[in-house]
Amino acid sequence: MAKPKLKQHHIDQDWCKGCGICVEFCPKKVLELNDSDKVVAARPKDCICCKLCELRCPDLAIEIETE
Amino acid sequence: MAIKDYLRERFFPHIWCPGCGHGTVLNGLLRAVEQLGMSRNEIVMVSGIGCSARISGYIDFHTLHTIHGRALAFATGVKMSRPELNLIVPMGDGDALAIGGNHFIHAARRNIDITAIVMNNRIYGMTGGQFSPLSGPDITATTAPFSSIDPSFDVVELSKAAGATFVARTTTYHVKQITDYIKQAILHEGFAVVEILSQCPTHFGRKNKEGSAVDMMKRYKEVTTPIGSKAKQENPDLIERGIFVQKERPEYCKEYEKMVERAMKGR
Ligand SMILES: Cc1ncc(C[n+]2csc(CCOP(=O)(O)OP(=O)(O)O)c2C)c(N)n1
Ligand code: SF4
Ligand code: SF4
Ligand code: SF4
Ligand SMILES: [Mg+2]
Repeated sequence: MAKPKLKQHHIDQDWCKGCGICVEFCPKKVLELNDSDKVVAARPKDCICCKLCELRCPDLAIEIETE
Repeated sequence: MAIKDYLRERFFPHIWCPGCGHGTVLNGLLRAVEQLGMSRNEIVMVSGIGCSARISGYIDFHTLHTIHGRALAFATGVKMSRPELNLIVPMGDGDALAIGGNHFIHAARRNIDITAIVMNNRIYGMTGGQFSPLSGPDITATTAPFSSIDPSFDVVELSKAAGATFVARTTTYHVKQITDYIKQAILHEGFAVVEILSQCPTHFGRKNKEGSAVDMMKRYKEVTTPIGSKAKQENPDLIERGIFVQKERPEYCKEYEKMVERAMKGR
């Protein structure tokens, strides 16, 4: 199976509550919280599209779109 | 269907606190239903009262938000009258096993085809942090300022003994298991229990100095282990994760149907 390739991170700024769960458990440390405690994809090139952020988010606020 | 198609998006962002494990249970449950390819119309979700019970408001299935501890009683009524529908009953630890303990053991004894999900944060979240029958000893709560002395139920052992025919346990750290076990529980014919350890950072976490939601999830990783692992033999205090029971036994609605047939024949 070909490796999935990242198209983009969809982050819903209204739904994200800045709990940091996706940030902490991302195996590649792709994500960060910004000054308003919302998640941003700081290093999207490192993303391996494992979707663990999407699966663990308690607020359904982050989604990984692959090509 | 995308998982968001099962949501009532107009109620988002949801009411749960930042980092509340109940949101991750919702996330995993939606994926289970999506992977099974089920339509919104073939599922009835029944819940009681509690932070956990709010889940039924967010999902666009047939939903009934009922009263504290009685969700299984309402669900039994729905299932008996419409056995072709799939019943899912998410409950808090207090909802399921304090006030609702009696309904829980009898639903298990009857082996009625319902999927019961225990969202276990070991505390009454909604009412401000009272201890529950799942808190266990040495827990601080508003009702146990000098720490609790009550031993806790083991949901798995209790469910087994009461007669549940599918029993599984996992945590919000182990999200893929949430989806996998809920899928299997829905497909199982009979009373299925999935216990999910779910962090309440606001009350349980704060009162017991367990840190943030992230810290609490890391702890779930540390204090649990797969069933029968070597780690468990070496450290009996570890909590086992996995599927503990998966067996067949006559299902209540099917038996009821047979009884009705006998009655119609007059014997
Ligand atoms: C008959 C009745 N008794 C008590 C209450 C108050 N009450 C509301 S939620 C709750 C317990 C909530 O704890 P739990 O079921 O563990 O759910 P959580 O909020 O932790 O998810 C209680 C005691 C009520 N609503 N109805
Ligand atoms: S897990 Fe979800 S709510 Fe928490 S910081 Fe990440 S995107 Fe935001
Ligand atoms: S998909 Fe995986 S690697 Fe990419 S941001 Fe999410 S957790 Fe990190
Ligand atoms: S009080 Fe606890 S259980 Fe209730 S929403 Fe907040 S974190 Fe979740
Ligand atoms: Mg609770």
